[in-house]
Amino acid sequence: MDNIIQQIHGVPLNHYLIFCSVIFSIGVLGVLIRRNVIIIMMSIELMLNSVNLLLAAFSAHSGDPSGQVFVFFIMALAAAEVAVGLAIIIMVYRNTKSVDIETLSRLRW
Amino acid sequence: MKELIWLLPAIPLLGFLTIGLLRNFLPKSVVSLIGCGSILISFVMSCLLFKEVYDARSAGADGSFHFELFQWFSVGELRVNLSFLLDPLSAMMLLIITGVGFLIHVYSVSYMSKDPGFAKYFSYLNLFIFFMLLLVLGSNYLVMFIGWEGVGLCSYLLIGFWFRNSSYARAAKKAFVMNRIGDLGFLIAMFFIVVHFGTLEYTGVFSQALGLSSGDGVIVGITLLLFLAATGKSAQIPLFTWLPDAMAGPTPVSALIHAATMVTAGIYMIARSNILFTLAPVTMQLIAIIGVATALIAAFIALTQNDIKKVLAYSTVSQLGYMFLGLGVGAFTGAFFHVLTHAFFKALLFLGAGSVIHAMADQQDMREMGGLKKHMPITHSTMLIATIAISGIPPLAGFFSKDEILAHAFAQSPVLWILGFLGALGTAFYMFRLLYLTFYGDFRGTAAQKSQLHESPLTMTIPLMILAVLSIFGGALNIPEALSGRMWLGEFLAPVFAGTNQRIEPFHLSHQTEYLLMGLSAVGAVAMAIWAYTKYVRRGDVPKADTDNVSGGLYRLSYEKLYIDQLYDALVSKPLQAASKFFHNVVDKLGIDGVVNSIGELFYSSGKGIRLLQSGHVGFYLFMMVIGVVAFMLYGLLTL
Repeated sequence: MDNIIQQIHGVPLNHYLIFCSVIFSIGVLGVLIRRNVIIIMMSIELMLNSVNLLLAAFSAHSGDPSGQVFVFFIMALAAAEVAVGLAIIIMVYRNTKSVDIETLSRLRW
Repeated sequence: MKELIWLLPAIPLLGFLTIGLLRNFLPKSVVSLIGCGSILISFVMSCLLFKEVYDARSAGADGSFHFELFQWFSVGELRVNLSFLLDPLSAMMLLIITGVGFLIHVYSVSYMSKDPGFAKYFSYLNLFIFFMLLLVLGSNYLVMFIGWEGVGLCSYLLIGFWFRNSSYARAAKKAFVMNRIGDLGFLIAMFFIVVHFGTLEYTGVFSQALGLSSGDGVIVGITLLLFLAATGKSAQIPLFTWLPDAMAGPTPVSALIHAATMVTAGIYMIARSNILFTLAPVTMQLIAIIGVATALIAAFIALTQNDIKKVLAYSTVSQLGYMFLGLGVGAFTGAFFHVLTHAFFKALLFLGAGSVIHAMADQQDMREMGGLKKHMPITHSTMLIATIAISGIPPLAGFFSKDEILAHAFAQSPVLWILGFLGALGTAFYMFRLLYLTFYGDFRGTAAQKSQLHESPLTMTIPLMILAVLSIFGGALNIPEALSGRMWLGEFLAPVFAGTNQRIEPFHLSHQTEYLLMGLSAVGAVAMAIWAYTKYVRRGDVPKADTDNVSGGLYRLSYEKLYIDQLYDALVSKPLQAASKFFHNVVDKLGIDGVVNSIGELFYSSGKGIRLLQSGHVGFYLFMMVIGVVAFMLYGLLTL
């Protein structure tokens, strides 16, 4: 156990920060730019996981396991979110024969 | 027997429920049996109870019994019981209510026999008796108030009995509203009593009141409010205009409610609270002034009315004025004595008028009558007795009671006596005018009516005869000392007015003065009767038709009832209606509706603008979301 913590400590915290920010930004850009709903879902997953990674890193660096508990919660949540999201996408596809997000622009006042 | 006192009001209530609920199923004979039977039982019970009180009084006790049925509610220090008080005053009232009430029930069986609302009528009448008994029997102000409100309700229901006629329905509404004004006074007076005495029981209030000094502000306030209530219920200035209109109801109702019982509730209430009123000389003076003014004005109006029931209605108002005059000058016994005798002869007059109206096929205008004497001998002779009684011609009942009041008034101030005497002259004149126009001279109605003329059936004439006997001998109850009587009623009621008698010194008039006063009023009444005879029988004057009624001055003023209805209309109704219109059009429509509607308008228009953001492009939403998150982040960074 000590060995693992030492290994983690081998990578400075700054690196984790930068890495996670990059992944998170990619996720944000993906959500904003892509029109395919499935890709957007994947981008959301990216954002969530970047945050998970960051939480795990902070947790290890500060020696407090509660951060990792949070990670589990977020993973459970993400799984549920994906299940619901995919179900919606399937229904949208059945109705419109498309997974383009612009087809949903009819949903307004 | 005494323990069963709760049955006394319960039986009429039971009668009301039975008839009311089963009115569509019971035949008329059963309805009249239940209706009259329940009151007869109550009357018998009242007699037994009266005997208990009488025996107690004869044995030297004060004859007052207190019955606590159950505790109704208790709030803080205040406990209110449903409890009854049986004492000489309430025992006498019980006899009047159930006795006269029973006679009128019997009379109604024939009078209302052709009416489709027969069962409804009897259920209302029984309900009225129930509430009246509650009013009289209650041993605290709240129980009295229940009865007070209840009789008002029954009065409303019975005035508007033929509610399909809209003017009758209006008369009922007028009576109700006018009574409500008075009831408000009663309610506020009760609040004051609770605040200052901490109880509503008569005994508690009176014993505490005796400790206060005369003219105490609290007492004056309470008594003024109670008097306001009495002016509403007992038709005094300024709330008297409802009573003449109340004649819209069936005639027996006028006899029972608007002559014999309900309208005397105000006098009963003041007599019951005599200790409070004695401690408030200001209120007493006001009562005397209002009483004598009402007596005079109502008598003046009655002089020229042509509707037989209207004359009797104004006569009732006038007689009630005498009772208030009696209360105001401290003649509580005299006022109550007048309640008693008035119940006899005024009920008789109304029932007699009902008999005439019955025979005349619902004609009430005396100008269309005349010469009924030979067709209706019993009605005529009983009406004659009642007329002599009310006019104050000895030795009939009205002479003694009116004279006692007037003697007390004279002891207080000769001015009151002169005004009262003038009213008494008027009374004699208009009553004999009514009698002569109705029963003497030639018949003035249509031929069809003439062929239908008949004496009423026995069920109607027997009550008339009984009441006539009572009107003749009722005065014997309280023959004044000057005529070597023993003032039986005064002695009997003495415990009720004991507190007052300690405070007020009894009036002193020499016997010569009393003889003079009695002689004057008797001679005056006879003179008026003779004047009316020469005018309406010898010369055969008949009041002119409404259309060519040009004779001006006082006659016109009296005929138009002093324009009091018009005055109230202009002073109260019109401004109220104008204010209602103003509040409806300006305050309600512009103010309240305006605020509510403009708030709605605000949300509607802002929604209309903001909904444009809801474009439907998911990408746009996400973009806005990211911008929002970034904005929060920047805010967090900047305020770090």
